[in-house]
Amino acid sequence: MTLNAFLFQALNGLSTASGLFLIAAGLSLIFGVSRIVNIAHGSLYMLGTYIAYTFATRIGGVTGFWGGIVATAIIVGIIGAAIEFVLLRRIYRAPELFQLLATFALVLVINDSALYLWGPEDLLGPRAPGLRDAIEVLGRRLPSYDLFLIFVGPAVLLVLHVVITKTRFGRLIRAATQDREMVGALGVNQAMLFTAVFALGSLLAGLGGALQIAREPANLATDLIAIGDAFVVVVVGGMGSISGAYLAAVLIAEVKALCIGLGVVDFGLMKINFTKFTLVAEFIVMAVVLIVRPYGLLGRPQGAVRSIAEAEEPIRPANVFVKALGIVVFAALLALPLFANYSPYLLVLGIDVLIAVLFAASLHFIMGPGGMHSFGHAAYFGLGAYGAALLVKWMAAPMGLALAFAPLAAFAGALLFGWFAVRLSGVYLAMLTLAFAQIIWAAVYQWEPITGGSNGVVGVWPPAPFNKATVYFLLALALTVPGVLLLRRLLFSPFGYAMRAGRDSPLRAEAIGIDVKRVHWLAFAIAGGICGIAGGLFAFAKGSISPETIHVGRSIDGLVMVLLGGLQTLTGPIVGASVFAVLQDTIMRSTVYWRALLGLVILFLVLIFPSGIVGTLVNLTRRIRLRRKAAT
Amino acid sequence: MSELDIRNLSKSFGGVKAVNDVSFTVKRGEFLAMIGPNGAGKSTCFNMINGQLAPDAGEIHFERRNIAGMKPRDIWRLGVGRTFQIAATFGSMTVLENVQMALISHGRELYTMWSKAAALHRGRALAILGQVGMAEAADRPTRELAYGDVKRVELAIALANDPALLLMDEPTAGMAPRERNELIKLVKALVVERGISVLFTEHSMDVVFAFADRIIVLARGRVIADGNAAAIRENAKVREVYFGTGKTFAGAPA
Ligand SMILES: Nc1ncnc2c1ncn2[C@@H]1O[C@H](COP(=O)(O)OP(=O)(O)OP(=O)(O)O)[C@@H](O)[C@H]1O
Ligand SMILES: [Mg+2]
Repeated sequence: MTLNAFLFQALNGLSTASGLFLIAAGLSLIFGVSRIVNIAHGSLYMLGTYIAYTFATRIGGVTGFWGGIVATAIIVGIIGAAIEFVLLRRIYRAPELFQLLATFALVLVINDSALYLWGPEDLLGPRAPGLRDAIEVLGRRLPSYDLFLIFVGPAVLLVLHVVITKTRFGRLIRAATQDREMVGALGVNQAMLFTAVFALGSLLAGLGGALQIAREPANLATDLIAIGDAFVVVVVGGMGSISGAYLAAVLIAEVKALCIGLGVVDFGLMKINFTKFTLVAEFIVMAVVLIVRPYGLLGRPQGAVRSIAEAEEPIRPANVFVKALGIVVFAALLALPLFANYSPYLLVLGIDVLIAVLFAASLHFIMGPGGMHSFGHAAYFGLGAYGAALLVKWMAAPMGLALAFAPLAAFAGALLFGWFAVRLSGVYLAMLTLAFAQIIWAAVYQWEPITGGSNGVVGVWPPAPFNKATVYFLLALALTVPGVLLLRRLLFSPFGYAMRAGRDSPLRAEAIGIDVKRVHWLAFAIAGGICGIAGGLFAFAKGSISPETIHVGRSIDGLVMVLLGGLQTLTGPIVGASVFAVLQDTIMRSTVYWRALLGLVILFLVLIFPSGIVGTLVNLTRRIRLRRKAAT
Repeated sequence: MSELDIRNLSKSFGGVKAVNDVSFTVKRGEFLAMIGPNGAGKSTCFNMINGQLAPDAGEIHFERRNIAGMKPRDIWRLGVGRTFQIAATFGSMTVLENVQMALISHGRELYTMWSKAAALHRGRALAILGQVGMAEAADRPTRELAYGDVKRVELAIALANDPALLLMDEPTAGMAPRERNELIKLVKALVVERGISVLFTEHSMDVVFAFADRIIVLARGRVIADGNAAAIRENAKVREVYFGTGKTFAGAPA
């Protein structure tokens, strides 16, 4: 290709970079000051697209479009401030995990609000008044709106720079970002500062969204796509660094532009279509940056530990009561097929519950005792499910082989991604795992000839006699119970202790010869493998697998299950997954607005019920026992 | 014969020379105190010896091997135990399990996935806990202990791999004066019994002068004195650093 074509793509990249920067800058700013990673930031961006669309179409003309963009930014800024005031203010001191979940709950609620207000259709805005034409650049036609966008990014960067370096507000922001102790010393101002920063960050997100309406339709999937991009940009640039965000936005946009520019290249031996790499490009950039500079291009190290808010009780082997209960539950499950005649749906529900239990238990394994809060566990579910399904589709493999392959595929994936993930902790780890899950999702979505794209793989039915729900249920039971018991056994083994040691105090663990990263890496891979079994079971239970079923929503479901049961208990994930799966199959199926409902459940858990079902029960019995002891 | 030989060790943080061209040795079986005002660079020295920090310059020879820049876990395997200024233990484990963890690691059983950790090395762990006077508390969660007891647990962990050299950064911080004396006495007895070399920091001068075989004084990253208790007491530079000129240690509060 010619040099001109290259330069043209580079120009295109710069206009994309501006969009990325606007979303990322606000996220980074908010994180820098409040240390909250606001997952709902992408939702604010999405709201920006919808609100600006409404202005542009209802009022119309120059006022409706350009005035609408300004008004939208301000409105979204106000919404952000309101969110901070009503919700986030309550969770500044909560564990990171809860903060992430609370803001994710907002994503769900906002998404359903948008669905309610604007409907499910994509809404394409008008073209920008005054910038409808295209101009000749490097022998090609560049829409003048894109040219305009190229300048928006640097302009906003400049304004932010001036605000941050020259004003009192900016000094406060810098003080808060660089020195946490100082924020406390600010006293009364602190609350105001946080609200103001949320307003500013949200305003930027709203502006970013509003500016997009001339290029892309408003769409309900925008929120997660935007937050995914923003995460990558912020992680690459360094959390809390605004200039880093711009640098990263340009870097990522240019790498993507380069991929498009290269197109199909013939290397003689083989042809490589580089345009296929656009979805993975940002991942590769992020991986490289994180290896070389774990805290991003311009970021500073965080005092990051895999800690949990409340210290945890030592783990003890199950007492007689729990063991007996376990046996009773197992016997009841074995007997479940006997009742199937009265209610065939019972078995379908039972299979769903078992899959959920295995999924949640494997997530809990790394999240609780390992302290690694993975926000992308769906990746390993997906690798297991697709691994099994594709083996059936392309190799006509028998079910047994496919089910055996599922955990291997997931294990291999978790081994690869885990190597990166364990190098980080806290929100960095959460985001990186989320990004990996998005990559897997994007890969199966894009790689249509192999994976069937958005339609997924169909016709993955189990052969006789497993095609009967009764038998398949027993098969699921036969895989789930040993899987859960295996994880439990591991927790009591030296390996499980080493994993917990690495979480409790990496400093002490390394000082007694434990290679914490290696232990956590292996644990991550094992959890991935077990999760893969759940994925394999899922594919055969439903007869199909599609990208939608392995999307970020499933990762979040897993987190909710674990929290619902109680993060710090070993039986928690089992109870949590069961309750959640039953709820999901009953109540949530009965409303269009199940996302908002789920969001409210999460908020309830985080704000009112943080130790989960089993955790609360344990606390209660302990309190009763103490009182009895005091009475005698 | 010297066990630990530190040569021209330096480390800066930004513009601050935390440790500046420090050289000293620890002989086998020696009970050596490193003292100095806050910020003198003591912890930074310790962090370089056990591998927490890589030195900017200098060499650290342990049993005739340069260990500068090695990882903490590898240095531990060579036989260097460490306790931290702010005690680091495993909060979600019992006192006994904390020591078992170190023994499991010492026995290279970290990747064992089937046996039960709680059943491994119980006897040995209990014996070590007995030595530091914590056997009674073996089954209590570590996070429930008083800080002084956590320090003892940490000591027990550090003793688990039969170290040749023990680095103790303020082992008695947070303890009452009597408890301090007892703990240091205990450590000294263990050291004599097992022939371990110890390098420790301590803010209580009473303890240092009563028990240390030799004392190194650090100030602003430099060694300003190195000698026995009497020599340090009389050293003019040390007096100046600690009290300004003219005063003596005689009336110093512990
Ligand atoms: N990680 C670090 N980053 C920046 N500066 C550091 C770091 N660690 C130590 N310092 C600085 O190095 C100097 C020496 O610190 P160090 O902790 O070694 O002193 P110390 O003698 O152990 O003091 P104390 O008696 O208070 O424990 C101090 O000025 C300290 O602020
Ligand atoms: Mg110190």
